[in-house]
Amino acid sequence: MTRLRRWLAVTLLLLFPISAAAQTPVDGDFAALVGALPDASFAEVEALVGRIAATNDDRAIDVLEALAEGDLHTLDSNAAVVIVRDVGGDDHAFDALTGESYGEIPRRGSSAIRVNNSLRRAVAAAVGTLTLRHPDPARRLEAAQAAFDAPDPAQADALAAALDAEQDAAVRQALSEAVARAVLQDDAATVPDRRAAIDVIAARRDGVALGVLTPLVQSPDTEIAEAAGAAVERIERARQMWNMAQNVWFGLSLGSVLLLAAIGLAITFGVMGVINMAHGELVMLGAYTTFFVQNIIRTSFPGLFDWSLLIAAPLAFLVAGAVGVAIERGCVRFLYGRPLETLLATWGVSLILQQTVRSIFGPNNREVGNPSWMSGAFEIGQMTITYNRLWILVFALAVFAVLLIVMRRTPIGLQMRAVTQNRAMAANMGIRTGWVDAMTFGLGAGIAGLAGVALSQIDNVSPNLGQSYIVDSFMVVVFGGAGNLWGTLAGAFSIGIANKFLEPYAGAVLAKIVVLVAIILFIQKRPRGLFAVKGRAVDA
Amino acid sequence: MSIQLALDGVNRSFDGFKAINNLSLTVEKGELRAVIGPNGAGKTTMMDIITGKTRPDTGDVLWNQHIDLTRLDEAGTARLGIGRKFQKPTVFETQSVEDNIALALKDDRSVWATLFHRRSDADTARITELLDLVKLTDARDAMAGDLSHGQKQWLEIGMLLAQDPELLLVDEPAAGMTDAETMRTAELLRGIAGKHTVVVVEHDMDFVRALNCRVTVLHQGHVLAEGSLDHVSANPQVIEVYLGR
Amino acid sequence: MTALIDRRMGIFLAGLFVLTVAIPLGNLAFTDRFVPSYVVSLFGKYLCYALLAVALDLVWGYCGILSLGHGAFFALGGYAMGMHLMREIGDRGVYGNPLLPDFMVFLNYDALPWYWLGFDMFWFACIMVLLAPGALAFVFGWFAFRSRVTGVYLSIITQAMTYALMLAFFRNEMGFGGNNGLTDFKDVLGFNLQSDATRAGLFVLSAIALAAGLLIAKAITNSKLGKVLIAVRDAESRTRFIGYRVEHYKLFVFVVSAMMAGVAGALYTPQVGIINPGEFSPANSIGIVIWVALGGRGTLVGAAMGAIIVGAAQTLLTGWFPEIWIFVLGALFIFVTIFMPQGVLGVIENTLRRRPAARDLTTAREAKA
Repeated sequence: MTRLRRWLAVTLLLLFPISAAAQTPVDGDFAALVGALPDASFAEVEALVGRIAATNDDRAIDVLEALAEGDLHTLDSNAAVVIVRDVGGDDHAFDALTGESYGEIPRRGSSAIRVNNSLRRAVAAAVGTLTLRHPDPARRLEAAQAAFDAPDPAQADALAAALDAEQDAAVRQALSEAVARAVLQDDAATVPDRRAAIDVIAARRDGVALGVLTPLVQSPDTEIAEAAGAAVERIERARQMWNMAQNVWFGLSLGSVLLLAAIGLAITFGVMGVINMAHGELVMLGAYTTFFVQNIIRTSFPGLFDWSLLIAAPLAFLVAGAVGVAIERGCVRFLYGRPLETLLATWGVSLILQQTVRSIFGPNNREVGNPSWMSGAFEIGQMTITYNRLWILVFALAVFAVLLIVMRRTPIGLQMRAVTQNRAMAANMGIRTGWVDAMTFGLGAGIAGLAGVALSQIDNVSPNLGQSYIVDSFMVVVFGGAGNLWGTLAGAFSIGIANKFLEPYAGAVLAKIVVLVAIILFIQKRPRGLFAVKGRAVDA
Repeated sequence: MSIQLALDGVNRSFDGFKAINNLSLTVEKGELRAVIGPNGAGKTTMMDIITGKTRPDTGDVLWNQHIDLTRLDEAGTARLGIGRKFQKPTVFETQSVEDNIALALKDDRSVWATLFHRRSDADTARITELLDLVKLTDARDAMAGDLSHGQKQWLEIGMLLAQDPELLLVDEPAAGMTDAETMRTAELLRGIAGKHTVVVVEHDMDFVRALNCRVTVLHQGHVLAEGSLDHVSANPQVIEVYLGR
Repeated sequence: MTALIDRRMGIFLAGLFVLTVAIPLGNLAFTDRFVPSYVVSLFGKYLCYALLAVALDLVWGYCGILSLGHGAFFALGGYAMGMHLMREIGDRGVYGNPLLPDFMVFLNYDALPWYWLGFDMFWFACIMVLLAPGALAFVFGWFAFRSRVTGVYLSIITQAMTYALMLAFFRNEMGFGGNNGLTDFKDVLGFNLQSDATRAGLFVLSAIALAAGLLIAKAITNSKLGKVLIAVRDAESRTRFIGYRVEHYKLFVFVVSAMMAGVAGALYTPQVGIINPGEFSPANSIGIVIWVALGGRGTLVGAAMGAIIVGAAQTLLTGWFPEIWIFVLGALFIFVTIFMPQGVLGVIENTLRRRPAARDLTTAREAKA
């Protein structure tokens, strides 16, 4: 690397010796250089700009930027070079060298130093070079990136010099890339230099690098073309990897949503054998609970907004759970052992719940806000991860884990499993089966409510919210194998990932159709799902 | 005599549990055979394998020494001439006793044949005859679901006979019957053996004794002993695993 | 053997006949609209629903296959007829293209997709009305029944089937008009669809189709095959052990039922004037189930009655109190499944029977079935 840099520096210096040898005024005399501006021709001004920049004077950036903007004037009264700034709507003049204010000046009291486009470019380049030495690393990084985005061979030596002086690693990186791009832009650069530059750019491994290098594949120089070709291929491979990683992430994210929607169903359908078509509406109730809580917080306790989801979650669990218990006691318990009838009755319940919510809250989408910790995104390599999706994944897994513990490790879980396996025996042992049924159903419903809290963050909260998940969540449970929570987990994530991997090829809708058809075919092959409960008892 | 049914080295496991373990068994044409064994000995699984409900992991099941039963499903084995009666009587509860027998009558089982089927006088006569045999003449028009448990058992036996199978697999026919009915069932089965091959799975030792036939003792999925009831009863292993408990 | 037309069927068909004759004749006799023509179309729509309900009852009531995707077969029949009606518009569309329907011109199609070929011929469309749903039912049923997917699992995958089709038909690329579906029909076989005479004709045709559907279904259920179907419903495994190939029977009745649903859809489209992907929605298919459950599962006539009752109630209630209809429908689902497992017909017949004390053994037995 050091050799490369020396190479670059030396060659660039040889190729672009600092132009226009100084006459008057003397190099390094900032005041004199600025003073020479008003009377110089465009060509001379351009030379002066380079020399002003070369002084590295603190005032240089201000002066040059004002020049490019047409705000650098000479006062008619005393011929002083001033920067004209807008102060409260009036033009005020400030001395370019001392910063001293001349106060408000009349409109015709000064004349601007004229600039043309070529001059503006020269100023921009000079300012860029100057900013490269700014004390703030963030500004230097910005300048380096700006230099990368607008490559100019003429700037290459300045960049290389800045690179040599630079201490900050991130800025060094950006600078070396800017140098490399400037070299590539320069038709006169030597082949080894350009190859080295290709390597530097290729190391970025992103779309920008691809954009820079792809045209070079057509380069008349075979060596360059080959090097660029190889680099492009490497980058493409890396991008494919990142793409895949991004798809996996999207898939996991969709999977977590499916898991949330389906996991309550895995309890009611999988464990109890009850087809609860109102499950989606329980999710919807959870989402509306969130809306309701946020509304109260917005009007009465705005400071608590970031806590709204944490407050809504237990409430949603209770609301949906209570409605679930009511459904079980009022309707489902008359229909045990008749799954198809349960399906119809709970469908009726779902219609009533939907219409009730529609009557109370109206048919339109309701606004549910993201708390600050759920907004925004961060990047890993070339993939973007939004915080809300990340939290939902975490939340889904947490709910799953808690549910698993409840089912496996707590007395109520034990009773639930006992009633499922042998109702009569459980009743004989003193378990109140009716109460356990209600609690199991309530648990499934409560989890649907929790799902609603999460889904309110990424989906429209409307009375139809539940309907859009019902087919999907049944698919997850059936695919994973009823009665097996791990199956539901695996089912949700594999359906999510399959969907997202198909989407780039087939489009969102077609991908969904393909996944549905695949599941239908899968059910033919394994009618009891991925993790079926096997054994002789199954179809006895 | 020729061999009706032969199981050779049959294995089947469920989730690692070996329900059938290297089971070999032959039944001759026209033979009456009782199969006994403690719970979990593999009796029902054996029947499932013979009738094509369950596929064995390994081993052969041959019908008349040349047809591989493991390739057929339930309907296939039934059409070949294997009739099965379940432990728990299953009849078509919402249809009349007569219709139950009519559905079981040996006939073309294809969709088109049943769609355009007209019952012949011979069919009706055969139904009458069978109802008489299983003592359900009076219940001819009754719903099968309204019958008593014992009557359902008889109806199922009637349906089994209506199929006119070569081999009858009968799972605990005496369950839920009175002593007199049990004896009559044994008599009936003895009567049809010879013309048909009959394999009876039973727990009730009095019933097995009344059948007066060769007995196979199953234990943990394989044959423990075979011979007359007195012979196997004297077998110390049998006493230990089955009678001893 | 029960007669093809028993008392229950006789009363229903007689009522249907009176309605069919009375409405068009009345309209002829009284020039100032005895029955407004929109009501004629409305009744025609109910009759199509009734036929659809009979189709579902055939598989659910008699064979225990609770299909939550019967709306798909109905919609396919409707689309097949709709495609013909689109072709009959010819160059009278907004864009005046003689070959391409308006939506294709709008979506920049240069040629008719291959699967639209032939639909300009009425007889071809009629065959497709039977063939498209029949083929879907055959393929779906062949896979599902062969691998013994039963009960709620079957219900869920039939629901997934119609859901997938809905998503597919919503796509513009499918060439079925996407979101808007097929509409703006002008005439059928040269008869103007807006004219009262054509509407009356379609209404009569729907009544005839319903009567034919009922009689075909009745003939099937009365045959020995019908008894096998009931046997499958009540004890599938036993039926196998007797030697019936259960999957063949299920496939047969599923395909017949799908075709019947297709015919219902084909008659529905011209009377309603539009067919769109909404017809595939899972909610629609579940709606059909409640018609059957309300009228009386496994009674055929009851299913037809249920469809007409629910359809009429929906029209009246949404007219009077729009908010309340969904509540009523939801309550209906719950009430019928818990308190009226035999449906309206069962309740009526039980009440009638209790008075003159068990006079008709056949009806009693059937009511139980």
